[in-house]
Amino acid sequence: MTKTGLLTAAIAMIATGALAQDDNQLIINGETEMITEAPAPDYISGLKTIYSGWRFRDASLQQMQSDDFENPAVIAVDRATEMWSTVEGTADKSCASCHENLEADMKGVRAVYPKWNEKAGELRTLATQINKCRTDNMGAEEWKYTGAEMTGMEALISIQSRGMPVNVAIDGPVADIWKHGEEMYYTRYGQLELSCASCHEQNADNYIRADHLSQGQINGFPAFRLKDDGLVQVQNRFKGCIRDTRAETFNPGSAEFDALELYVASRGNGLSVEGPSVRP
Amino acid sequence: MTITRRQTFIMALGATVAAAMPFRAFATATEDSIAAFTGGATMGEGGLTLTAPEIAENGNTVPVTVDAPGAVSILLLATGNPTPNAATFNFGPLAASQMASTRIRLAKTQNVMAIAKMADGSFVQATQEVKVTIGGCGG
Amino acid sequence: MADNVKPKVRVPKTAAAGDTITLKTLISHPMESGQRKDDAGNLIPRSIINRFTADFNGQNVIDVTMEPAISTNPYFEFETLVPEAGTFTFTWYDDDGSVYTESQDIAIG
Repeated sequence: MTKTGLLTAAIAMIATGALAQDDNQLIINGETEMITEAPAPDYISGLKTIYSGWRFRDASLQQMQSDDFENPAVIAVDRATEMWSTVEGTADKSCASCHENLEADMKGVRAVYPKWNEKAGELRTLATQINKCRTDNMGAEEWKYTGAEMTGMEALISIQSRGMPVNVAIDGPVADIWKHGEEMYYTRYGQLELSCASCHEQNADNYIRADHLSQGQINGFPAFRLKDDGLVQVQNRFKGCIRDTRAETFNPGSAEFDALELYVASRGNGLSVEGPSVRP
Repeated sequence: MTITRRQTFIMALGATVAAAMPFRAFATATEDSIAAFTGGATMGEGGLTLTAPEIAENGNTVPVTVDAPGAVSILLLATGNPTPNAATFNFGPLAASQMASTRIRLAKTQNVMAIAKMADGSFVQATQEVKVTIGGCGG
Repeated sequence: MADNVKPKVRVPKTAAAGDTITLKTLISHPMESGQRKDDAGNLIPRSIINRFTADFNGQNVIDVTMEPAISTNPYFEFETLVPEAGTFTFTWYDDDGSVYTESQDIAIG
């Protein structure tokens, strides 16, 4: 091939906008089929199709997530499974005291969070709900919102919904919060003046340094990040993103991040719950 | 200060030596590891497959597979790491194949190398470059 | 002993006599390389698992010498013959002298 030919080919590769994926189909442990591609919900004007972040990863990483034995998050899940039936706090209870059957009782939970809590009259993320269980029902101390106990427990609960489509409610009592989240998504933050949409909607699949930008879907959270050698809580990821725009960030567990999490989760309505996923 | 041609030459020579130094140090560590494994025997090629990603999205966890039918043991080297040795696989009588996979750390873009010691005492080697990239965000 | 070290193995429950099967092993361990520094700038001393072995009914399958370049939570995958029913024994040797073992039976059928 001539030099010009090569150059043309290189440009063509960039221009096609084809995903960097090496594989299209994610089947975990050879049995659970994941939806990694779905039509974008109609309330998202900037995207036609939504893709799981898994689709933007290279073959070796994709493979790591397709087998629980190779997914480094399984160690944290094992620990959380032990914790599930560990009695803690003044009420002498464990998670299992109320939720006797982990698989059956937690099936579908991750798919609908963040979720409005009627009784408390507030929006709760899964992490907030776990902490409320601990303080209100167990008489135990709150876990750190982004700590290892929390991400491990989130991973354990997520696995019970694996393969089920994300289906968070965006109307009714959460409508205003959702709207706030949407507004945040399109607001430019920091000295770099970047919104979530700048990268994850307008430039999804383009390179950022040597990496492909994903659509910023959160159906795979908590995600095992190889760089950190551990699970990353979704609001911790938000914090990292906003920090990278060179802005003062919000705190995990804040009303702002809760609203953003609700909105971003709703952008993935229709994709499978994938947590705990594996990311670079 | 005036710089003569001779001084220029000496300076250039110094720069060359300085530039070569780190490479020399690295080469020695890898060469030492190889010599310790092979006893200085010459290495052939073929019969050993080293599988590693061309590009590692993160250097912390790079999946690597070595496969050398009939080998007694396989040394895996990360030639650009401070300590090049990564693992030595010794295959026992019940090994169904002389193949093993693991995950290694790579400090930077470098050549990953495998050397298999065959049953007849000969050695073969295979090398692959793995580019370690800097992640997009918070990398 | 490093905190929370837990081995995990994947061995099929049954195999035909003479079959080749794939084994996967994982152990939770930080594999502190000895190259990293703590927040105060002091070198964190090396603390790794330095050897892994897999045996079946007393016969060796694989014996691995491990160096600091092995990633956190060491993972191995390899193939073994199953000549008869019996027990796989997996052993990990820690720098600090700890030894972790895990066994799993396999039936012929």
